[in-house]
Amino acid sequence: MTTRLRVPLAAAAVALLTFTLTGCGGGSDSGGSSSSPSPNVAAAPSFAAGTTMARLAQAKKINVGTKFDQPGFGLQGLDGKPKGFDVEIATLIAAKLGIPADGINFIETPSAIREESIEQGRADIVVATYTINDKRKQRISFAGPYYVAGQDLLVGKDNTTITGPEALKTSPTAKVCSVTGSTPAENIKKYLASPSQLVLFDVYSKCADALRTGLVQVVTTDNVILLGLASKADGAFKLVGKTFTQEPYGIGLKKGDTAFCQFISDTLKEAASSGAYERAWTSTAGSVAGAQKPTLPPAAACS
Amino acid sequence: MDAVLDNLDVYVSGLFTTLRLCLWSGAIALVAGTVMASFRVSPVPVLRGVGTAWVTTLRNTPLTVILFFIAFGLPEIGLRGSYSGFAIAGLSLYTSAFVCEALRSGVNAVSAGQVEAARSIGLTFSQALRHVILPQAFRSSIPPLVSVVIAMIKNSAVAGFFGVAGDLSANGQSLTSAQGYAALPVLTGVVIFFWFLTVPAGLLLAVVERRVAVIR
Repeated sequence: MTTRLRVPLAAAAVALLTFTLTGCGGGSDSGGSSSSPSPNVAAAPSFAAGTTMARLAQAKKINVGTKFDQPGFGLQGLDGKPKGFDVEIATLIAAKLGIPADGINFIETPSAIREESIEQGRADIVVATYTINDKRKQRISFAGPYYVAGQDLLVGKDNTTITGPEALKTSPTAKVCSVTGSTPAENIKKYLASPSQLVLFDVYSKCADALRTGLVQVVTTDNVILLGLASKADGAFKLVGKTFTQEPYGIGLKKGDTAFCQFISDTLKEAASSGAYERAWTSTAGSVAGAQKPTLPPAAACS
Repeated sequence: MDAVLDNLDVYVSGLFTTLRLCLWSGAIALVAGTVMASFRVSPVPVLRGVGTAWVTTLRNTPLTVILFFIAFGLPEIGLRGSYSGFAIAGLSLYTSAFVCEALRSGVNAVSAGQVEAARSIGLTFSQALRHVILPQAFRSSIPPLVSVVIAMIKNSAVAGFFGVAGDLSANGQSLTSAQGYAALPVLTGVVIFFWFLTVPAGLLLAVVERRVAVIR
């Protein structure tokens, strides 16, 4: 082989090797047994022909969009599968359709692409800390709500000045941390004395770190996520305890599919009366100290 | 495109935050890069070592890792500051390594005769650097410097993940995630607003290049 060919060939071989090796790393190990309750899968459910339920029950497969980075609701584990309250709710719905747990395909739907995932059909339902609001209702429909979160503030345990969001205007040097693109970050903006008070990161764990080192004084997001952060901090943080917004979490589905919406609402009511809803909560987000057991909120009308 | 037109104020404020971040980082990076380039070509071995270490470390570490160490590592050892300051520090350190290398290629393009002539009329190394070599080196290294500056403007989007609120890409994210606008039009708007920063930078430097071109 001439010298002219040897170097480019060697470079190509190295590149090929690198690409194959990076591909090798993605295998998933089998995780340990999870303590989540497995709902009874309906044996042979029958639905009216032509409905989404009939289609999904026949295929015995469902695509569910959820978050992979929200502690307590949808957090990806080391085995690549998400775990959390949202995941349990989706499993309940799939079970009512006769789809076992391994027929559920969880895809990650970060906040920005939840509507697109439903519109393009990549997800049949989206259960991803999905706050119901009118702007989103123009593009998709919501079933539920299945949980009402509230935005709250997390401060250091010795902080006595910040007693609620109004205190932020009177303490203009207090910095508030949240996550880029989240609804709580938008909501807190109107309580700030100046926009420079807001500090944004991409994940909540960075906010917790910043609170610990004292570079920010407040972390704000939904109260359940704050409880998760506080529980990992060994008492260094405390929740102010006054939720100042109502965030109803709903299940996103294709716009106008009222039959499917009604089916999901009925499934949720049944789960609440049978105790499956409570079990789903206590095994996931409810396992954090201080979390209050929710009751299923009244379902909004399907449209 | 309603998403963009209805939220022009959000885009414009994001543009100005990003512009402020880039102006500060660019200025510091250019100064630090020039100093490091002088170190790398100097006859003093210690300075050469310092310059090489600077470039090797900063050029080979991902920007996110550099920002992580500055934004979270410095407070651990007691150094406190604003997150904007940390972001500017991280971005300018990272870019200075690339500026240094672009300038060094310009220095190498200066013909050896220039250095010899400077020596022969009695200029010391630092005088030769200041009056003869660096002016010519800057003129030759404008094309790679343009690329470095444009890359820095785009890299400033990463600062949004390390505490800087309100820059262009973070505002785009808040429009899609929190407010529910469709992602494609919003992100197209973000790209177009980034063009308002990068294209004029490129054009301005092209004009400068034509003015100071070395006629060979």
